[in-house]
Amino acid sequence: MTPSQTAKSMTHGEAGLVLVFALSALLCLFAAAKALDSAFAFHALLSSAASLAAVIVIANRYFARPAGVTPQEINGRPNYNMGPVKFAAVMSVVWGIAGFTVGLVIALQLAWPALNLDLPWTSFGRLRPLHTSAVIFAFGGNVLIATSFYVVQKTCRARLAGDLAPWFVVVGYNYFILVAGTGYLLGVTQSKEYAEPEWYADLWLTIVWVAYLLVFLVTIIKRKEPHIFVANWFYLAFIVTIAVLHLGNNPALPVSVFGSKSYIAWGGVQDAMFQWWYGHNAVGFFLTAGFLAIMYYFIPKRAERPIYSYRLSIIHFWALIFLYIWAGPHHLHYTALPDWAQTLGMTFSIMLWMPSWGGMINGLMTLSGAWDKLRTDPVLRMLVVSVAFYGMSTFEGPMMSIKVVNSLSHYTDWTIGHVHSGALGWVGFVSFGALYCMVPWLWDRKGLYSLKLVNWHFWVSTIGIVLYISAMWVSGILQGLMWRAYTSLGFLEYSFIETVEAMHPFYIIRAAGGALFLIGALIMAYNLWMTVRVGEAEVQSPVALQPAE
Amino acid sequence: MTEHPDIDQVSGRTTTGHEWDGIKELNTPLPRWWVITFYATIVWAIGYWIVYPAWPLLWSHTTGIWNYSTRAEVATELANLEKVRGDKMVALGAAPLADIARDPALLALARARGKTVFGDNCAPCHGTGGAGAKGYPNLNDDEWLWGGSLDRIMQTIQFGIRSGHPKAHESVMLGFGKEGVLKRDEIVTVANYVRSLSGLLTAAGYDAAVGKKIFADQCVSCHGDNGKGNQDLGSPDLTDKIWLYGADEATLVETIGNGRAGVMPGWVNRLDPSTIKALTVYVHSLGGGK
Repeated sequence: MTPSQTAKSMTHGEAGLVLVFALSALLCLFAAAKALDSAFAFHALLSSAASLAAVIVIANRYFARPAGVTPQEINGRPNYNMGPVKFAAVMSVVWGIAGFTVGLVIALQLAWPALNLDLPWTSFGRLRPLHTSAVIFAFGGNVLIATSFYVVQKTCRARLAGDLAPWFVVVGYNYFILVAGTGYLLGVTQSKEYAEPEWYADLWLTIVWVAYLLVFLVTIIKRKEPHIFVANWFYLAFIVTIAVLHLGNNPALPVSVFGSKSYIAWGGVQDAMFQWWYGHNAVGFFLTAGFLAIMYYFIPKRAERPIYSYRLSIIHFWALIFLYIWAGPHHLHYTALPDWAQTLGMTFSIMLWMPSWGGMINGLMTLSGAWDKLRTDPVLRMLVVSVAFYGMSTFEGPMMSIKVVNSLSHYTDWTIGHVHSGALGWVGFVSFGALYCMVPWLWDRKGLYSLKLVNWHFWVSTIGIVLYISAMWVSGILQGLMWRAYTSLGFLEYSFIETVEAMHPFYIIRAAGGALFLIGALIMAYNLWMTVRVGEAEVQSPVALQPAE
Repeated sequence: MTEHPDIDQVSGRTTTGHEWDGIKELNTPLPRWWVITFYATIVWAIGYWIVYPAWPLLWSHTTGIWNYSTRAEVATELANLEKVRGDKMVALGAAPLADIARDPALLALARARGKTVFGDNCAPCHGTGGAGAKGYPNLNDDEWLWGGSLDRIMQTIQFGIRSGHPKAHESVMLGFGKEGVLKRDEIVTVANYVRSLSGLLTAAGYDAAVGKKIFADQCVSCHGDNGKGNQDLGSPDLTDKIWLYGADEATLVETIGNGRAGVMPGWVNRLDPSTIKALTVYVHSLGGGK
């Protein structure tokens, strides 16, 4: 840098954010002083400290950076912004381990209730949302943000839009997780499944999510490729729909702006309807569309094969997003929800079967011509098995939405088994596969520290999943059958407490399966850590690559 | 980047000509079985909409040609259940408590009904088989705190014990230590005396005469001269080797020192009279009905 260049000055983004965070630090301090409950005071103080930290970090970054604007390209190659991707990738592993551990704890609590320890903070009721939010939103969410920021740059050949904005998204999102998680432990909840965080956490997430949408969208707009890659359609559908779901399900009136408690605007069966419209599409657009995007980039990339069918990817994408949004009422069969709504929920779930399987076909058939790689590459094996689990749970889901099947399966452990075949098998494995691919690329390593450890991870976790879901199938169906058994005199055969006793052995098997899954994830964390720390560096070619034409 | 489709050597298909970060796409048509199955599910859904309530209209909804409703289905199933249970349910409501055992069919029905009700309402404390737990009496033995006749059992179920209901069983096992009536060493001594009543070993250095004296001064008014208890006061028989809280010295010292006042809720406002009757018969028949 020659000193004669333009004098350094703060960008609008830097100055604006410093101002906003400085103001927020003061306001949060004021809110903490006026707080009506101690949990709110804690969150206000935490937010004040975090705002102050943000001001310092942004100021430091300003003083350390060169005067000019970060170039979009260097020597004709896109100047990718991988810092936020690395951050989200690391956080996904950290939250994953935390979430799986809490899952194991609550599985053990169900087998041995004494492990609730008779303390409010460690009771099942508080740890259960901690587990679900940690694995879905903290682990899954960070994987989605990391891979989406990676894939959108690579497939658009463009640097991420914004300078501070991508950092605002990844750090802001993780701060939301922190507020939500500590809130659960302190008993702060609006009691809506998968939407437990209270109004102030919801507001913060809304701001972060709009920033996420803008960063992603503007990156696509300034792309250097003529077309938008299929993975980016799925990411965009995920980001847009989650925004709509979040806003639709969470309108609430706080009792006071200085307290954590609020009341949801919806009431009664309308609230239930909104809740499961949200809940089911969190599955559909967070855990399905988002992770299909991961599949569409990482499987062809790892297998080095073209995607099986462009046409299928278009048709199943539009069919999936059109049909999924209707399926929520199947969570409310045989309830106060009107019959017509139950019918629509069920029939749209059935029609969803093939659109879901379109993704499976495209994932598996992309392997044609590269099946031999499954023998030698455990990462690819993990990705392919994840697609197999995806196919299995997207068949099981429509089946369970049929009213007669649902009358047996609903409220039983079968649901838990179904969820975990999707969560551990599909979401877990496709995320692990993506992390195994992405970490060496991000840190410029030739490859992973150890493929042998990936193999161990694969087998230990697969056995864990099989134990988990088969235990829940057996216990769920047993439970459902016991609940509906009548004696010849016309009275219930079993009391509820007897059905609980019957579950005990399966709860132990489930906990064992969960423990194996956690061990597998720990093996991965070690492997990735060693890859970053001691992995052999990839030598960057000094000359810009010419397009091979 | 210009688009120029090429041919994939493995599948023999052309690509679309797009390429992103080295990823291409094949021009494979939709799998036939996939399209057919997709259409089949759509046709099935349309058929289902014709038959069942499905689409919302402005002020109502389509009802379907089968006129199905969940409420009607529940009503039908409940009516069927009544049919299975039969006329005896009416007889059960009318029959005096003492007469139920004389009609074997009625008794079987009452016990079946009672078992279900017991499982849902009583088992959490008394256990699924009525075997009880520490602080919750075993209902299988023939020892009763408040009486084991049909009438007494029914009274206990209806109004509970120390439940706050005006007709509930009321009594107090005083905390003799807490109230300052007995000192620590006196409590240990009388605890050993209580153990001796059912032939349990007593501690070394225990003075039987002192124990007997304390028992006579403080305990006999409720538990009787010989420690046999009194079912009108709910005071347990101390000689029968059945213990509600435990017979080891430490537990007895706690019982005598701090007192006991276990609570059982009354069910008269939760269960209808015929259900309570069935439950009474069931508990009476568990093993020790008087």
